Amino acid sequence: MLKLFIALLSGLLFGAGLAASDMNNPERVQGFLDLFGNWDPALMFVMGSALIIAIPGFQILMRYRSTPFSAKRFYLPLSKAIDKDLILGAILFGMGWAIVGYCPGPAIAALGYGYGDVFIFVAAMLVGAKAHQLQK
Amino acid sequence: MFEAFQNVPYSSVLLGGALIGLSSVLLFAFNGRIAGICGMAFSLMATSLDKNIWRIVFLMGLVSGSLLYHYLTGAAYPPAPDTSLPLLIVAGLLVGYGTSMGNGCTSGHGISGLARLSPRSLVATLTFMGSAIATLYIAKHLLGATI
Repeated sequence: MLKLFIALLSGLLFGAGLAASDMNNPERVQGFLDLFGNWDPALMFVMGSALIIAIPGFQILMRYRSTPFSAKRFYLPLSKAIDKDLILGAILFGMGWAIVGYCPGPAIAALGYGYGDVFIFVAAMLVGAKAHQLQK
Repeated sequence: MFEAFQNVPYSSVLLGGALIGLSSVLLFAFNGRIAGICGMAFSLMATSLDKNIWRIVFLMGLVSGSLLYHYLTGAAYPPAPDTSLPLLIVAGLLVGYGTSMGNGCTSGHGISGLARLSPRSLVATLTFMGSAIATLYIAKHLLGATI
């Protein structure tokens, strides 16, 4: 039960953070990616601010805790390889991200605004992921 | 360049970033899980429901958290994407396929991965940022597309 409460609280904080920093706004995200045009550095400060908290948080936990507070273990990604899938996947993701200005977090958070286009984007995203899962 | 920095709404941007960082640390500290949103969404399609309740709860919290922020502060909703239907679908397919293939997106690699000091996540983050900046440059400034 505590685990579900933490998942809810963590989701709420993440969603509020995306809305507060205006990262649910595709124009602002595209403004950051438009480095050689009318550049908007906001996203850099959002990531910076998140990392100022997350880096010490994760490093302290990884150094001093062998298990999390309410689960059996830390579920870390198994793969350590910097391989073709990682690079090619990131390139394809970056292309799609630039075209619309949504990465998966803001796209899902923006479902709440009730825009039809966001539902279409998220549906296409799930189809794309499913296509990759089936191919594996 | 300096004007660009003057136009950043620093208080809300830094507050928002801090909330995202806090969210990622909280989920890792208590549940031992990485707050990677694409991973959560795609796991729903790959594993059984009983293993995914926490992911559904997190994603519902994500949507509610954004709405709650607008409700409590009175801030207007951001605009919908200004993209034509075919490009919207192509972009969605690319984001879904790419983040599944690369095992992560802006949250998983860009926040939690970097916070773990994972070399893999650093490479992924620099690659998708570079790819996105190049794509926008080519589409907007070389091809003159309105995206």
